[in-house]
Amino acid sequence: MPVKTIAANLVNGPTDAVLPTGLSPPTPPLRRRLNRADQSWALAFVAPYIAVFAAFFLYPLGYALWMAGRPSLFEELYSDPRYLPTVVNTLLFVGLGVNLKMFAALLLSGYFVVSSRWRRVLLGVFFVPWALAAAQACVSFHWMLIGPEGLVNGLLRVLFGIEGPIWFNHRWLGLGADILAYSWKWLPFWTVVFLAARMTIPRELYDMAELDGAGGLRRFVHVTVPLLANLYLVCTLLSALWALGDFVTVYLVSGGGPAGATEVLATLGFKYAFEVMQPELGVAAAMSALPLLIPVAFVLMRRLAAAEVAL
Amino acid sequence: MSAPAQNPVLRPGFRWRRALRRTGSLALGAGLLSWSLLPVYNMLLIALDPEEGEIEFDGNLWTSQPSLDGFGAVLTQQARYLEEFWKQFGSSLYIGLATMVLTVLLGSTASFAISRLRLRRGSLLTNAALLTYAVPASFLIVPYYRVMNSYGLLGGHWAVIAAQVTFAVPFSLLILQLYGQLIPTELDDAARVDGASALQVYFLIYLPLMAPALALVAIFALMLSWNDYLYPAVLLSVRNMTIAVTQGQLFSDTDAAWNAMMAAAVIYVLPPVLLIFALRRYVAANFARREVAA
Repeated sequence: MPVKTIAANLVNGPTDAVLPTGLSPPTPPLRRRLNRADQSWALAFVAPYIAVFAAFFLYPLGYALWMAGRPSLFEELYSDPRYLPTVVNTLLFVGLGVNLKMFAALLLSGYFVVSSRWRRVLLGVFFVPWALAAAQACVSFHWMLIGPEGLVNGLLRVLFGIEGPIWFNHRWLGLGADILAYSWKWLPFWTVVFLAARMTIPRELYDMAELDGAGGLRRFVHVTVPLLANLYLVCTLLSALWALGDFVTVYLVSGGGPAGATEVLATLGFKYAFEVMQPELGVAAAMSALPLLIPVAFVLMRRLAAAEVAL
Repeated sequence: MSAPAQNPVLRPGFRWRRALRRTGSLALGAGLLSWSLLPVYNMLLIALDPEEGEIEFDGNLWTSQPSLDGFGAVLTQQARYLEEFWKQFGSSLYIGLATMVLTVLLGSTASFAISRLRLRRGSLLTNAALLTYAVPASFLIVPYYRVMNSYGLLGGHWAVIAAQVTFAVPFSLLILQLYGQLIPTELDDAARVDGASALQVYFLIYLPLMAPALALVAIFALMLSWNDYLYPAVLLSVRNMTIAVTQGQLFSDTDAAWNAMMAAAVIYVLPPVLLIFALRRYVAANFARREVAA
């Protein structure tokens, strides 16, 4: 078959005009022939990643489920007086941390969407926490809040003349510091995500709403919120997933103290495994988050799949 | 003259409203500025403190005699915990660069197979890969320790590299496939008609055209590995430690050389910040694309 015909087939698909009527079995189109040869190439191309995925994700995951498989582990976990407070802390860390942060990000994206030179510079500075390595930032938070010697208490003394608390001696203040540090680190990222989304909303929608007499608040509630609702939900779920697995914030800001009162599941599991050398119990502590994890991941996957179809 | 009262801009009270709005916006800006920079300022404050030993910072808002002693001690490797600063810095860099190269390689070959060679049930693979993010990495650290031990990788750099690549590739697959939709498949077909093999299409068409997305993926992988704490802390032996892990000492040891430790932290966090700011426009554009994807 001349190359020209093949090229024509490629663009238009084989047409009756091109195919000679005399040939009884029509040759398969080029695409299909290539496709068959391509499948072996394709397999060769994905094989390295599949090997990595199996060796370094599926196998450790299976190993984790196997390690935590003994039901007696969970009885042991439940009878540890540190466990239930840890679950409460985890729920607070994820529930408060994620929701406050996401709502603040939504509001702040409205501040940055108004374009001016100063706000663009400010956005650049606002982005610093995201670029900063988490461990170093958390250590800085720890020493900033350490007590009378810390910068925050120093500021409180100079600005308001009050003596600040020793933050990490109280469970709720310590947990609050963790949540604050976590929000500090991730607020810029989500603000920029919402900012990008707001930029895609056509200006005319706001103009029309304004013509109809809608004030700022009503424009936000009736234009911005409905248009960003789906993205907001997806981002919140994703953020919840990440917050649930966040280790470094609690480990380096409050250190789980005082006396383990601010541990979350990720740090408690780590401490079981590497400080009291009970690795099975550590895995069980982490895996006990599965009832929370699976629904979130499931809804997230469904939402993402729906978005992909729409794309 | 027309009646000024009819002009909405000159309505009474407008000036006040505008002034109020300006003040509010300024106050918010100032608040955001201090919120973002306070921990950074704290790092610099401690790093510039002239003395070491006891807890020197005592709530002062500025050190009386800022000095670069801390930075000097880091660069000459004089401070405690920092005797091997440059070696540890090298370890961080080695792990970061290896993660970057491998993520780009695995991500690009896999996404090429799925979206250009039309691997059967390829989307299933993408979804399976994204499952990696359904389980937080920190929950897998204990089995990872055991698994790496059985592979004989425990303690070495490659244990951490393998982990980082595993966690970086799924997101890369997503980005590369979304970006790949912008490149017409007719290009591949035309090359195939001219007799190019799949390998040639990958090297001569796919990689050059995907360069911007590959750069984004590379930066993402580098940042992921540079900023991680848990995996290097658990998987590396003392000999192969990275800076990020050494920094954790600052948390527990009250006798550490404060200024030097914080100076080391400042030096460590600087490269990604500079990188991000150098590529800000680029990153912002890609964020927009990601948002469209979401």
